[in-house]
Amino acid sequence: MTAMKRRSWSDYQKQIADDKYYYARSCIRQNFFPGSEKAFLDILHNDLGRDVLDDPLHSSCTGIGYHSDIVPLETIMTVVARQFALMTEAGYENFISSCITSFGVYTEVLATWNEFPETEERTREYLYKATGREFRKPTSLAHTSDIMFHFRDEIARKAKYRLVNAQTGEPLRVVEHIGCHYAKIFPKSGIGGSEFPYVLAGMIESWGGECVDYPERRHCCGFGFRNYLVQANRGYSIANSHKKLESMAPYKPDFIVANCPGCTMFLDKWQYAIAEMEGTTYGENGHGIPVLTYEEMAGLVLGYDPWELGMQMHQVDVEPLLDKMGISYDPAAKYLGRNGKYIDKPASAVVNCCPTDTVYDIRQ
Amino acid sequence: MKRVIIIGGGVAGMQTALRLAEEGVEPLIVEKEAELGGKLRGWHRLFPSFTPASEVLGELRSRVARRGIEVMTSTEVKAVEAGAVTLVDGRRIEGDAVTICSGFDLFDARIKEEYGYGIYDNVFTSVDIERMLNEGRVARADGSRPRRIAFLHCVGSRDEKVCQRHCSRVCCVTGVKQAMEMKELFPEADVFNFYMDIRMFGPGYEEMYREAQQRYNIHFVRGRISEAAPTIDGRVQIKAEDTLTGRPLRMSVDMLVLLVGMRAGETNPAYEAAGLGRLESGFMAPRDSFLGNVRSRTEGIFYAGTVTAPKNIGETINEGCAAADAVLEYLKKS
Repeated sequence: MTAMKRRSWSDYQKQIADDKYYYARSCIRQNFFPGSEKAFLDILHNDLGRDVLDDPLHSSCTGIGYHSDIVPLETIMTVVARQFALMTEAGYENFISSCITSFGVYTEVLATWNEFPETEERTREYLYKATGREFRKPTSLAHTSDIMFHFRDEIARKAKYRLVNAQTGEPLRVVEHIGCHYAKIFPKSGIGGSEFPYVLAGMIESWGGECVDYPERRHCCGFGFRNYLVQANRGYSIANSHKKLESMAPYKPDFIVANCPGCTMFLDKWQYAIAEMEGTTYGENGHGIPVLTYEEMAGLVLGYDPWELGMQMHQVDVEPLLDKMGISYDPAAKYLGRNGKYIDKPASAVVNCCPTDTVYDIRQ
Repeated sequence: MKRVIIIGGGVAGMQTALRLAEEGVEPLIVEKEAELGGKLRGWHRLFPSFTPASEVLGELRSRVARRGIEVMTSTEVKAVEAGAVTLVDGRRIEGDAVTICSGFDLFDARIKEEYGYGIYDNVFTSVDIERMLNEGRVARADGSRPRRIAFLHCVGSRDEKVCQRHCSRVCCVTGVKQAMEMKELFPEADVFNFYMDIRMFGPGYEEMYREAQQRYNIHFVRGRISEAAPTIDGRVQIKAEDTLTGRPLRMSVDMLVLLVGMRAGETNPAYEAAGLGRLESGFMAPRDSFLGNVRSRTEGIFYAGTVTAPKNIGETINEGCAAADAVLEYLKKS
């Protein structure tokens, strides 16, 4: 088995600003992977010394509603215009989005305005009537993984750990999953395009790991909005994740890193559901394959405490990966919250490698 | 003696020169490659008769040699005007008329990134297959015999996404021909052709298509392949939709062959700069599609062959004669 080959990623480049970012959070990441957005801000502020405005005034982009046919185009364009107005008022020009779907929405809206200028004029009018606000379009638009990619070499220079098996010295085998809305809608908006995207792969390679190509690499994780939001359709959702996991398992990946809030959650949590439904697991020793966000991956490389990164919130335990990388961590602190208070623990599950009854419980 | 400059020494250029020479005109072939023959040099056998390409090429070359036609090889034209061409080295060559026979370019299959050409070892183009047939050894990248082969039609043809809306015409029959050749080489293999339409426009083509199905048991699936991906054992997984049954399809193959289309020659924009018209497809626009299809907009500049549209070799040879006749008529008047 050889590392993934690619040829054309350098054909797909985009302007990524070096500093002074206006940060738009994701609606769902703070629930599913609550440490990731904080880790992004910490890395940018503390490790890289960049200016990022985390503005509490901004709202959802309404992308989930838009892709579920609940929010009309005119509405989402006006919501996007408001986000840009907040950025303008705050004195920033570089808009960065923490969510793939939001990034797809911003890209699509800007492309629509570019192609049909009358829609931009109408949106400006709606925004002004509704809020009295005006806006300038961003000078640059990037997804937060683009930013992490942009600084990958700087992070590599500051690395405390590498994506390498500390015992064998071999690079870790990593499955990267990009998410449909990053570049499948507008291939030129993503680093590396849509077929051989390089945004996560670039980080993995810079930090010592090796990407694996597998037959269903480009396949959707299965979130697909209505696949999941309509309860009757959830079989489609899990079927897609199942297809991907079946396809990647023979390559024995050490972990999966995903670009999109939904993908990260579904590739993680559906492993539990599949294990419970079918008794099938895809990782080593009959357990699951850990699924990381790119901030978590960067955080581990930079030496952040895994529990500070919120990795105890994963469905599939990350300890085997931490052990492989030689990361020192306190197993007993896994379910202690940020203030040291016990946050409770999940029931033991086959997909997990660390039976929770062996984990320190502060109440006992 | 009148002198006619012929840009391009492929099938069209050689035939135009031969016909002109027969009529007592002095042709000069300017060829950018080191030898005459154009794309024909890369082909193995020609549809529908399976005539060796070398027979046609050899005969054309020997006729050109016997006639003593002047040929400048490894010489590239930069600009054209009525009665003269300028070479990239700055030299200017004058004549009484110019015939543009610079042909077509092959679509670069790497542009269709989803098929992984140049990345996955067992993804080939139809040009690679012709080369391997000429080398006498068709095999997978590891040298083993393929047991399942898929051909994909219309790679870089009829595809708006890559700005190639036109039909390249000859790829369909090339796919049938190569599928039959693969079946002859590997009788135990399953051979599939994925197509959106099968366009058998030439004499004997439809019969060949039927023979491929009835005698060679080649499977034709109406549906385009959406993506190719590597499998852990070095095969290629393809996904398609069989649009006749309305069902998605996924299979692994040992070889995926992309039937690459004909795109407008890269020198065509330079001709356009000289005031010659181009079609939306990028091919040169003849004066009209019926009575002036070998004439350009400019008096004294003519076209032959695939510089104006995709054509097969027989049509190209005929057009060489037609262009020469139009040149002769022009020379008589001038």
